[in-house]
Amino acid sequence: MLAYILRRILATIPVMAVVALIVFSLIYLDPSDPAAANAGDQATSEDIARIREAMGLNLPFHIRFGTWAWGILHGDLGNSILTKLPVAGMIAQRIEPTLSLMVLTLILAIVIAVPMGVIAAWKRGTWIDSALMGLAVVGFSAPVFVVGYVLIYLFALRWDLLPVQGYTPFARGIWPWLENLILPSLALGFIYIALIARITRATMLEVLNQDYIRTAHAKGVGRRDILFLHALKNAAVPIVTVIGIGIALLIGGAVVTESVFAIPGLGRLTLDSILRRDYPVIQGVVLLFSFVYVLVNLLIDLIYTVLDPRIRY
Amino acid sequence: MSVTTPTTEAKGRVFTAPEAVYPPRKPRGPATNFVLTHPNIVIGGVLLLILLAIAVCAPLLTPVDPTAIAPAKRNRAPSAEYWFGTDQVGRDLYARVLYGTRISLLVGFSVAVIASLIGLAIGLFSGFSRFADSIVMRIMDGLMSIPPILLAIAMMAFSGASVKNVITAIAVAEVPRVARLVRGVVLSLREQPYVDAAIASGTRTPMIIWRHILPNTMAPMTVQATYICASAMIVEAILSFIGAGTPPTIPSWGNIMAEGRAVWEVKPYIVLIPAVFLSVTVLAVNLLGDGLRDWLDPRGAKGH
Repeated sequence: MLAYILRRILATIPVMAVVALIVFSLIYLDPSDPAAANAGDQATSEDIARIREAMGLNLPFHIRFGTWAWGILHGDLGNSILTKLPVAGMIAQRIEPTLSLMVLTLILAIVIAVPMGVIAAWKRGTWIDSALMGLAVVGFSAPVFVVGYVLIYLFALRWDLLPVQGYTPFARGIWPWLENLILPSLALGFIYIALIARITRATMLEVLNQDYIRTAHAKGVGRRDILFLHALKNAAVPIVTVIGIGIALLIGGAVVTESVFAIPGLGRLTLDSILRRDYPVIQGVVLLFSFVYVLVNLLIDLIYTVLDPRIRY
Repeated sequence: MSVTTPTTEAKGRVFTAPEAVYPPRKPRGPATNFVLTHPNIVIGGVLLLILLAIAVCAPLLTPVDPTAIAPAKRNRAPSAEYWFGTDQVGRDLYARVLYGTRISLLVGFSVAVIASLIGLAIGLFSGFSRFADSIVMRIMDGLMSIPPILLAIAMMAFSGASVKNVITAIAVAEVPRVARLVRGVVLSLREQPYVDAAIASGTRTPMIIWRHILPNTMAPMTVQATYICASAMIVEAILSFIGAGTPPTIPSWGNIMAEGRAVWEVKPYIVLIPAVFLSVTVLAVNLLGDGLRDWLDPRGAKGH
């Protein structure tokens, strides 16, 4: 068991190394010359050559990557081209809104989607099933910003129930914080809900077909207990897997959601950096999100053994 | 899983009475039968054909140039002359939305085809070469660890806005998923006695791929390709919407929505019309994918 956990943790190291390699290689996609950009319009070709030498652009790929990766291992993500501030610090400043948004979306999605999938499986073939799964297909088809605008239009503009945009830090009270996050979380969670509801329904259908469920019926266990205790427990592993994989959707969607709802988080930082071509910031954010994604899925792999004691490694 | 085809899933469930589980089948003609048993394929396919027709025939459906600026006619509400109204610089939104179909379908189809072909090549290579497998799959694992939209956004940020770059950026994120799928098929087929027999009797690898591997990868790959197509269309719209996708000079649904943002509160239709077009297109592709999956692989009617 311990050996498995260790092996699993060690296995993430090459993955993270490859992620770092890919993120670093992104700079080679830029057709323009960073040295020329840095030197300005008045620079002579000697100036550019000098700056290129100073920036280390003449060094071979593995040396440049090594220096960069060594810095990252020490928590140094480089400095922003624009503000000259350390990227790590800029990310730290922006992390609270993004983290709040993602955690709230995660909770909201699970609370909505799992019962949805269970009910659809229980009522399979009926109009309730068709309606819930139809909603799930719509969830896959509507881009997050469209859902966001529709929600703003209905709940903020039409009915005036919730604020249109913005973010209030958690330190200023739970309700002001929550109030601003409800609509963005719903918008961001829409596709995630669709994903979780579908896998929940599919797995539940499989589980409900098994003998022990019939036995539970026969001995008179209540329907709710059968669904949520007997069946759901055994359907947990695929559902949790999808929740973990779906984090990728949340991360990508958060960037867009923050832009729609004017939330000053990491997504906004990314978009602002794209417009200013502030590469170190973009690399830092992508790297951070990818590492979080890998770690979450590592965690889920480890949770399996707790969820399903039959799994032994 | 299927949404509207209970027949594929209604096998011996616990809660339903037997007569509901096995509905009496009436003999029907083959064509009617297909339409009735695979409504997702038919609905999705027909919708997609209509959209394809719109994309191809856009110049016939409107005489207006979607990029023509007419300052005197800006900010018009929808009317008989301008069906969807005009934007802040007087461009006809009806024409822009019609032409936007082209970008969406182009990006969706191109990404699906390119990602499938590259993924197929990598998957085959990896499945047949033990040595390459460990290296290639580590790279694929790394690529898959970067959230796809984020990877596309980052690639666009570095390479600059163009339709070609959009297609590349989205395809790169999808390749590892196809490669994994194909590799999985190859590895499981290699264990099959008939493939063993073929190898033992000296059949060359290309022939084995052609005869045994490809026919078995076609079904799952086709289904996967439709999902890639759907997701590529959404990602293209997202990229354009946040200003890192299709260049603003080209009318695409994401661009129209991005331009409509500023006046969203007074004129929600500028955002909503392309949004509806996009959602219907993606829905059509998703329905087609769901239908194809149930049709090509009736055993695994669960999906994810």
